[in-house]
Amino acid sequence: MANKFLVFIEQRNGIIKKSSLQAANTAADISAKLSGSIEAITVGNDIENLEKIGAYGVGKISHFKSAELANYSPSAYTEIVSKFASENGFDIIFFGATSMGRDLAPRVSVKIDAGLAVDCIALKVEGDNIIATRPVYAGKALMEIKITSPKKVFALRPNVFSIGTLSGEGAEISQIIVDKANLKVKVTEIKKSEGKLDVAEAEIIVSGGRGMKGPEHFHLVEELAEVLGAASGASRAVVDAGWRPHGEQVGQTGKTVSPNLYVALGISGAIQHLAGMRSSKYIVAVNKDKDAPIFQIADYGIVGDIFEVVPALINEIKKIKS
Amino acid sequence: MNIAVCVSHVPDTAAKINIGSDGTSIDQTGVTFVVNPYDEFAIEEALKTKEKFGGETVAISLGGDINKETLRKSLAMGIDNAVLLKDGAYRDSLSVAKALAEEIKFQGAEIVFFGKQSVDFDNSVVGQLTSELLGYNCITVAVSFNLEGDKVICEREIEGGKEVVETTLPVVITAQKGLNEPRYASLKGIMAAKKKEITEKTPAPASNYVEIVSLKKPAAKQAGKIIGTDSSAVPELVRLLREEAKVI
Repeated sequence: MANKFLVFIEQRNGIIKKSSLQAANTAADISAKLSGSIEAITVGNDIENLEKIGAYGVGKISHFKSAELANYSPSAYTEIVSKFASENGFDIIFFGATSMGRDLAPRVSVKIDAGLAVDCIALKVEGDNIIATRPVYAGKALMEIKITSPKKVFALRPNVFSIGTLSGEGAEISQIIVDKANLKVKVTEIKKSEGKLDVAEAEIIVSGGRGMKGPEHFHLVEELAEVLGAASGASRAVVDAGWRPHGEQVGQTGKTVSPNLYVALGISGAIQHLAGMRSSKYIVAVNKDKDAPIFQIADYGIVGDIFEVVPALINEIKKIKS
Repeated sequence: MNIAVCVSHVPDTAAKINIGSDGTSIDQTGVTFVVNPYDEFAIEEALKTKEKFGGETVAISLGGDINKETLRKSLAMGIDNAVLLKDGAYRDSLSVAKALAEEIKFQGAEIVFFGKQSVDFDNSVVGQLTSELLGYNCITVAVSFNLEGDKVICEREIEGGKEVVETTLPVVITAQKGLNEPRYASLKGIMAAKKKEITEKTPAPASNYVEIVSLKKPAAKQAGKIIGTDSSAVPELVRLLREEAKVI
């Protein structure tokens, strides 16, 4: 095994995603343990601060550039990354397991005939092997896996791996202009949900459940989220009832999240919800039912009326932030 | 136009998961298995596509005899034919995709629907792998699907929004919740499904690139403190979040 590592650096609107820096730092760390080498690749048009990849332990980045590639194109990105990997003998490729990474990593794995480990939350080196831990059954169990093929692709869950201590060195950038991209599948437009933070990326999440009693009361969830700089989430019950959009759903048929702080308002804690948020670093629950399962996993709980507690909480946080 | 839908048979999301004695799989005792929730959206979209454009629909599932339940449900919802690729052994995602791709090729399907992920191993990759093996275009995590001639336009969910994605047939689509509202099987559908034959085939044996080392339950979380029963507890909660947890 050559142990030539490649990390895919994802950009959106020309800005590098934090999840890619986490992947870069982790890949650099593992490549050092296996006496390997590491480079990075990115695809897009104008991208800010590419040289900063150097600070995360990656000395060189190849930037495949074209105005047509500013937005994601599954076909073009797959072709560019897999061709670059094959031609330069990279045998281990890292991605962030974002919506782009989860779409792209498997496609690249087929092209280079690699084994695939996605949504990894821990990696360890044992001898010459990399053992990956990934949540299964929405986090009700953890599976350790080992890729046995010579080529390997890993996609790391965002916000789980550290970005490490920065070395302050800049990376060498090699720019490759792409004349004709394979745009068989292409993104023609991006529709933003009014600049809101997404639960999959947020460090703090405030979620509401059936205890909110109706869609008209979700302004409380949103106000608390706003003062905390958090994303708003929801339980399946309220998404199924049509109170909230599916993009906000946390749990087994929604998003599995691990923020620093998860605030559950009026959520009793069905097993499929708990599975999706139990790995949050700190959990706060406000619920009037003292026997609600959410209190079994909450670090801090208030057994009380959300309509009385939440406005007070919003005011208290406003007070300390001002 | 032939339309295929790939379905998997998974533990119900309300099921408690315990580890089996082999240490690499779950203990299935008392676990109810259901149609993978995301596959219901895939089945519905296959049916809607057929209703609009005609063609034949086939549901394909890889697994043991137990998967016939999910195939039977697909037939009851209105899918025309069902194929079980019978293999109870462990397969990694690529090995699953290889078997499915062979069968899709055999069926001559131009549009293939998957659920965006199976809620057992949660890989969310088999659709993409299958499309690459077939050389089909692919759009994942779709919340809308439109077909005009051979042009396909979908919206796919991304962080904080949606991407509008365009491509052409043949195509693999992986379905996200929100794509449609799956229909209930009618009594007539259920009765008809009982009489239909499920074609059984033996896929080429697995050639796995990924080995399961262990399966464990996550460390149990200790229940924390109940700070109070009304808003008088709020200042203490905020203090704990700032000073003990240091998260705000």
